Amino acid sequence: MSAFITQFINLLAAILLMLAFAMLSQRRILSLIYLYTLQGATLVAATAIVGFVTGQPHLYFSAAITLVLKVLLIPMLLHRVIDRLNVRWDVETLINIPTTMLIGIVLVMFSFYLAEPISQMSSTIARGTLGIALACVLLSFMMMITRSKAVPQVIGFLSMENGLFFAATAATYGMPMVVELGIALDVLVGILILGVFMFHIREQFDSLDIRHLEKLKED
Amino acid sequence: MPLDWILTLVLAWLLIGGTGVFALRRLTLVARLLFPAGGVVGLLLFAAAAVALPEAPQTRILPIGLPSLPFHFRLDSLAAFFLMVIGAAAAGVSAFAAGYFRRGEGTPPGLLCLEYHVFLGSMVLVVLADDAYAFMVMWETMALASFFLVIANHRIPEIRRAGYLYLLLAHIGAIGILLCFGVLQANTGDYTFANMRAQHLSPFWASLAFLLALFGFGAKAGLVPLHVWLPEAHPAAPSPVSALMSGIMLKTAIYGLLRVTFDLLHTPLWWWGVLLLGLGLLSALYGVVFAAVQVDMKRLLAYSSIENIGLMVAGIGLTALFSAYGMRPMAALALTAVLYHVVSHAFFKSLLFVATGSVLHATRERSLGKLGGLIRFMPWVAWMTLIGALTSAGLPPLGGFVSEWLLLQSFLFTPGLPNAFLNMLVPVVAALIALVAALAGYTMVKFFGVIFLGQPREEKLTQAHDAGYWERLGMLWLVAGCVALGLFPVPVITLLDAVTRPLVGAGLGAVVSGSQWLLIPVSIERASYGPALFLLGVAASFALAFLLVRVFYHGRLRRAPPWDCGYPWQNARMQDTAEGFGQPIREIFAPFFRIERTLPTPFDRAPHYHVRVGDHLWHGLYLPVARLVERLARLIGLLQRGRIAIYLLYSFVTLIAVLMVVKR
Repeated sequence: MSAFITQFINLLAAILLMLAFAMLSQRRILSLIYLYTLQGATLVAATAIVGFVTGQPHLYFSAAITLVLKVLLIPMLLHRVIDRLNVRWDVETLINIPTTMLIGIVLVMFSFYLAEPISQMSSTIARGTLGIALACVLLSFMMMITRSKAVPQVIGFLSMENGLFFAATAATYGMPMVVELGIALDVLVGILILGVFMFHIREQFDSLDIRHLEKLKED
Repeated sequence: MPLDWILTLVLAWLLIGGTGVFALRRLTLVARLLFPAGGVVGLLLFAAAAVALPEAPQTRILPIGLPSLPFHFRLDSLAAFFLMVIGAAAAGVSAFAAGYFRRGEGTPPGLLCLEYHVFLGSMVLVVLADDAYAFMVMWETMALASFFLVIANHRIPEIRRAGYLYLLLAHIGAIGILLCFGVLQANTGDYTFANMRAQHLSPFWASLAFLLALFGFGAKAGLVPLHVWLPEAHPAAPSPVSALMSGIMLKTAIYGLLRVTFDLLHTPLWWWGVLLLGLGLLSALYGVVFAAVQVDMKRLLAYSSIENIGLMVAGIGLTALFSAYGMRPMAALALTAVLYHVVSHAFFKSLLFVATGSVLHATRERSLGKLGGLIRFMPWVAWMTLIGALTSAGLPPLGGFVSEWLLLQSFLFTPGLPNAFLNMLVPVVAALIALVAALAGYTMVKFFGVIFLGQPREEKLTQAHDAGYWERLGMLWLVAGCVALGLFPVPVITLLDAVTRPLVGAGLGAVVSGSQWLLIPVSIERASYGPALFLLGVAASFALAFLLVRVFYHGRLRRAPPWDCGYPWQNARMQDTAEGFGQPIREIFAPFFRIERTLPTPFDRAPHYHVRVGDHLWHGLYLPVARLVERLARLIGLLQRGRIAIYLLYSFVTLIAVLMVVKR
């Protein structure tokens, strides 16, 4: 039973990693939102299963919050933002996509190299997935760097939070409830603020291309 | 309890200042009520400190500031002495300020009143502070308050620049002091001075603390090469503020140096003394040579302050030297000379600065080249300035002479030092001190002569009016100080006995108090000085000269043109100018200056002469440092690319690097 469950969690982790790569290579904003939603759903499944196996009821709450927030509310908000801003077009990346993918592979290797000693110490059933969680964080960060538009950056930011959440679940069966609630609230507030920012950038420059912000630099 | 009285008086000063805020633009109220009240508080402070001086040290802990970090205050004889100086000089300057501040000069009078009294209060608390925390807070309050006072006329860009330079050097110095306290507490984590006194540092750490203190307090005192702010800030500030800064604030740095070197660090090492002596002499010579060639009266006084601080530091160096070799009576002599110079400089420099304020108000001119002949229009100011100038020149029977004489006396004892090298060096040093004193006299002749004697160089000078009553009152008090210090050195030195005893373990009180009219610092065979005798001599020669002229010569007052070299017409512009008076010094000490001069050719239709005397240190030390800082800042500025992707990359690379470190 336990072996099967571990395998199943590993599978979910692999899906998360794949989704992270998919986001890295995806040019269309709409698809990015779908991928983000899928990532959220995977996270919900992983959290719920870990909670079921270890009998920790607070993980169910975590899963429920994640479901409401990351699968329903935030994607909905994002959809509304891109509708209002009318930015469904393809986004160009700063570095071309194959190069990005290659760097991403190096990052994954680095993450596994980093996570190895921590996994040794950890005694949780999902310990093997810590490397993947870390890789998700770094890949999302990478995505934020390589995108030049505001909306994909926001999605990168949110996806980074997903990676952190998964790392917490994998390494220590989730964070204390208070912390988790706090983070959930932060993410929600963050997305609202970033939404407002996006409208302002748009108003100022008639575009969501953040390269326009370079003009703000003082010489 | 004197300490409680003094703290109450500080509170009174702060209240007076605070009242000024509610009367921002009501000049009459501020000038006629608040400043005189501040002066009375100064007098009371003087009295309270005088009562406290011979008493045993007292301490108080006040729960001001951070919750677990109360302010410690301690009133010992050294602090009481400096409080006396502060109180006495502040009384005179406040009375002068009551008549000085006018409407429409940048900062409103009420605000100036606040800054002024906060400045005074913080100086008192700096002297009283008994832990590093209180000291630093008060030290910085003092720097900030004086900065705002300097830029009172903040609409003029030059004044803002001068203020910035001052603030910069004050802060760099404060870092030195802070680090010094960090070394002094010797890793105990207890920053009270009592704890620092109890520590016994190894020579290395003690020397480090000493060097940091020298740097920090040197920046405040205006020790070469950290002196550049003085000649900029003093002309920029209103005259009473210059008087306070030069007369008292520089002395807080001397206080700090004494406190750290002789109180917190116990016994000095001999090379500290040599270093102090060298730096002090360099500053004295540098200051006086520059003072001699200045053409702006306040800049001249600022350089003269550098000179006087140099003399004090040289005296401290000598004290440290004697102290290091255990020659206590000699150390007491040198320290007494320093302290005497502190108080006499406080009086005469405040007097001269406020006098320039009166001249400035009467004529709107600061440049010596456009003044002259003012003794006829401003007799009060002129005669009182004369006394200040004579004191500054170190002539008997005034205060400046006593201190310089004592200093030279202590130099004459250096052959007793058990170090052959020093024995060879010190006569040279004594000769230099004598040179400095002589040049100071030269400078003062120039200062007084060019401003007050001769013919007015500008038409408008004939409209000059004398100082008002408040201004005269303040100046009279300062004049009285100069004269009293010159005529009654014995009681003052007897008082100083209590100050030197805890610091160097000896005092001059017992020797000096033997005779009331003759000052005998060591023994009658060696040297003695009778100020009353001198006064009598001076008065007698005056009377004799007067008598000779009036009785034996024709006795009439004749007004005739001076010898005119056969030149058909003469005007006031042909008098010896400040430029001309300083020219020999400029030639003799040419290597000191960086002179930029444009000379007209004989064929020039509109001849133009221009000379600028610059400072080698400014071009050789400050500008390169400023350029270096600028270049570094530009390099750091390269980080700012204005692109979010790059900023994110910084975080990313940092994250990876930190993760690598964690992994190892």
